[in-house]
Amino acid sequence: MTLGWTGALSQLLEIVLALALAPLLTGWVNQCRAWLQNKSAPPLLQPYYLLHKLFNKESVLAEHASPLFRSAPYIVFGCMTLACSIIPTLSTDLPLTLAADAIALVGLFALARVFISLAAMDIGTSFGTLGARREMLIGFLAEPALLMVLFCASLISTSTSLATIVETLAHRELAIYPSLAFAGVAFTIVSLAENARVPVDNPATHLELTMVHEALILEYSGRHLALIEWAASLKLFAYSCAGLALFCPWGIAEAHAPLEMLLALPALALKLAIGGAALATLETLSAKMRIFRVPEFLATAFLLAVIGLLVHILLGS
Amino acid sequence: MQTDPTQWLLLDWAMALIGAWLAIGAAGVWALRRFALVSRVLFPLGGAVALGLFAVALGALFVPAQVAVLAIGLPTLPFHLRLDALSAFFLMVIGATAAGVSTFAAGYFRQGEGTPPGLMCLQYHIFLASMAGVVLADDAYAFMVMWETMALSSFFLVTSNHRVAEIRRAGYIYLLVAHVGAIGILMCFGVLQANTGDYSFANMRAQQLSPFWASVAFGLALFGFGAKAGLLPLHVWLPEAHPAAPSPVSALMSAVMLKTAIYGLLRVLFDLLTLQLWWWGVVLLAVGLASALFGVVFAAVQSDMKRLLAYSSIENIGLLAAGIGLALLFSAYGMKPLAALALTASLVHVASHALFKSLLFLSTGTVLHATGERNLGKLGGLMRAMPWVAWVTLVGVLASAGLPPTSGFVSEWLLLQSFLFTPGLPDPFLNMLIPVVAALIALVAALAGYTMVKFFGVIFLGQPREPRLMQAHDANAWQRRGMAWLLLANVLLGLMPIQFIQLVDPVTRKLVGDGLGPTVAQHGWLLAPTALERASYGPVFFLLGVAASFALAFVLVRKLYHGRIRRAPPWDCGFPWQTARMQDTAEGFGQPIRQIFEPFFRMRRELPSPFDAQPRYRVDIEDHFWDALYWPIVDAVVRVARLIGLLQQGRIAVYLLFSFVTLIAMLLVVRQ
Repeated sequence: MTLGWTGALSQLLEIVLALALAPLLTGWVNQCRAWLQNKSAPPLLQPYYLLHKLFNKESVLAEHASPLFRSAPYIVFGCMTLACSIIPTLSTDLPLTLAADAIALVGLFALARVFISLAAMDIGTSFGTLGARREMLIGFLAEPALLMVLFCASLISTSTSLATIVETLAHRELAIYPSLAFAGVAFTIVSLAENARVPVDNPATHLELTMVHEALILEYSGRHLALIEWAASLKLFAYSCAGLALFCPWGIAEAHAPLEMLLALPALALKLAIGGAALATLETLSAKMRIFRVPEFLATAFLLAVIGLLVHILLGS
Repeated sequence: MQTDPTQWLLLDWAMALIGAWLAIGAAGVWALRRFALVSRVLFPLGGAVALGLFAVALGALFVPAQVAVLAIGLPTLPFHLRLDALSAFFLMVIGATAAGVSTFAAGYFRQGEGTPPGLMCLQYHIFLASMAGVVLADDAYAFMVMWETMALSSFFLVTSNHRVAEIRRAGYIYLLVAHVGAIGILMCFGVLQANTGDYSFANMRAQQLSPFWASVAFGLALFGFGAKAGLLPLHVWLPEAHPAAPSPVSALMSAVMLKTAIYGLLRVLFDLLTLQLWWWGVVLLAVGLASALFGVVFAAVQSDMKRLLAYSSIENIGLLAAGIGLALLFSAYGMKPLAALALTASLVHVASHALFKSLLFLSTGTVLHATGERNLGKLGGLMRAMPWVAWVTLVGVLASAGLPPTSGFVSEWLLLQSFLFTPGLPDPFLNMLIPVVAALIALVAALAGYTMVKFFGVIFLGQPREPRLMQAHDANAWQRRGMAWLLLANVLLGLMPIQFIQLVDPVTRKLVGDGLGPTVAQHGWLLAPTALERASYGPVFFLLGVAASFALAFVLVRKLYHGRIRRAPPWDCGFPWQTARMQDTAEGFGQPIRQIFEPFFRMRRELPSPFDAQPRYRVDIEDHFWDALYWPIVDAVVRVARLIGLLQQGRIAVYLLFSFVTLIAMLLVVRQ
């Protein structure tokens, strides 16, 4: 892993790609879900139109909103951009992966969560604090579970560096590894919770009893809302790519191979399309659960990940 | 005494500076009620001395151990002092923290509150000097004298507002636990000297204890130092004493005094004891994790801001104990590099906790001064009235939540990294245990985030819950200077962990025989404790990455679109009557934790009936330890005391008879 021009190039390419493609993934998931639910689907590019519209609108701020409230969208957006740039999507030859490993990735998501929760508390409305409390509740349960999933992969590759993990996993022979199977289920659950998806949260609701993510961002408008929506897309993209990199890493380019990177792009697009469709299916098949069922749901993920770790240590696979 | 009086060793400088603290304290007595002199001259001077001590300690890390003998105290028992890498490290932490806290204190104490300012100054500086003395002591006698001075001076500081009954009670519990712990430490030294009658640490190092006696010494040390550090189940004094003390004192107690207990633990386990057994590590891990989880869960449900921080201290001390336990485990199996990694994680956490917790306690001090409120239920919205304090506190909050790129994350990261190496341990049972432990640490870290969002959000964000909060004033100049120093130290520690680990290197080399210094120096600004492929973390790049995309987004949005803003009433789904009462209270924010971790608490709820004209909702949370452990002990003590009461007849003749019988008995013993 050197900081050569291929590294810099692939890093830049990856950031631009993530920023550009993330809303597309969101649009694709929405479209799939609409199809599955027998609704007429919005255009695939709808998230882009939305972002454009929001950026054009003026931002309406509450009278007593503090600078923290105004800077939070930028911070969250910054965190998610960094997250997307350290997760190996096209290539494992990324200079920025050195700056943050798997543990720092979890920390990065936590940082974004803390800031958006603080911003939600800033206005002091009933929905804002409700959203902040629920978001932190989901967060403190999901974060250890995610860390355990990543530890599982780390133990297999004896590294917490995301690039090394992906390279190691990609070079293993094609088989089902019990530890990774447990971790995979746990990861799916965590991703649903972290991305405000159906069994835990409903992205399409504004019903006060059920909303979590929507309650957090209720006071935002204009460009701030646009940045947050974009950051949410980036987060979904980051989680999907992390999941693909961990559990189906084939097709990712390794160091010094510009050609491989060109091939990696269609592979990634295909994997994301399948993953997005699977997500929409999961969302359609499951019902939203009460907020106090969520701890059980996430505790299951936590335990599954720990079992994955134990299985790895006991069986060595 | 030094042989060459013209050349001052670092230890001499350290002693001189500690002497300067005592002199400042004495000057405080001289200027007993001259408030301006005490607060504007003496406290800043104390801060300057602390800075000097910090510099001396920094220099002492890299020189061989220096010893001195001070002929104070009993004729045949001089004080042995020693400045080695371990003492230097803790001296450095004391100096750095005290510099900020003393400067802050110059602007904190107000006229006409509790203890006269001069006396406060005396107690405060004796407290500082005794903490420095504890880490320099090189024999059990000097150590215990310093230790007790530390306990007593801090007791007086805690009870400085002694007219309040609750504060007296808190001070009493603190004194009691401190002394029970001190007995444990004394007995531990008794075991360590192995009947040689020589209580110098040099002699203890030379003793070869049998595994049984070594384990007894370990148990006593864990008990004694655990009582001071606030490890389960001896934590009860901590949430009482920290809120009772004035904020600079709470800051010192939580940030530094608890660390002297960690110092003692390290000194006994890695230096004085020549033998290390693996199961000690497991015990420490278990106690540490239990404390950490307990502390953070209780912190999340508190509604007094200083109590919340006190419980958070229990959590951090627990994490420290877990790290030391892991280091002990590795060390007992002879895996020196890994022991060094775990120990480095703990030492980084010592520094980071000292810095961020003192910052947070000081910030509660400014809030307390500005509003007169400690209760989270009556605060809120202070970010508007006290923006400076709020932004500084935010950094402390992020560090306390263990978020990158702050100092709190560095230690958490190193600790988790060292847990990932545990599959290398030769014992399959331990291998299985470790993932569970790592999972618990992850849970504790995530809960700390929850707690800190509650802490910051309820105090500084939202609408003010009381109208007078709008008139709150921001920190004054001295307070800002003190907090700015701690903020700077915090940020530097977070961004430059590599340089800091190089400072810690001599300490780990001394304690476990290996260090991370050379390894981490290889990769420039990337922190990689073993190899770059294995794990790396670059806090500076991390910060730059987030900041760069922040700035780019900020500029591009304005360039491509616009930067227009309109102010309006909050939207809140169109609900028009928003009052401050509709926000979450501290209790409301803690409610999910109360529900999920219900078995942890003993709760008493008073719920209003629908027909109450003035409905009251009240919930009291206590921990089980009072009922299950402390009250039975108290009852037993009272029962025994009653038996002793039988002796008290109130008649001189009977007492003389007792004396006579005792005398006869003594003579019989002596004669044989």
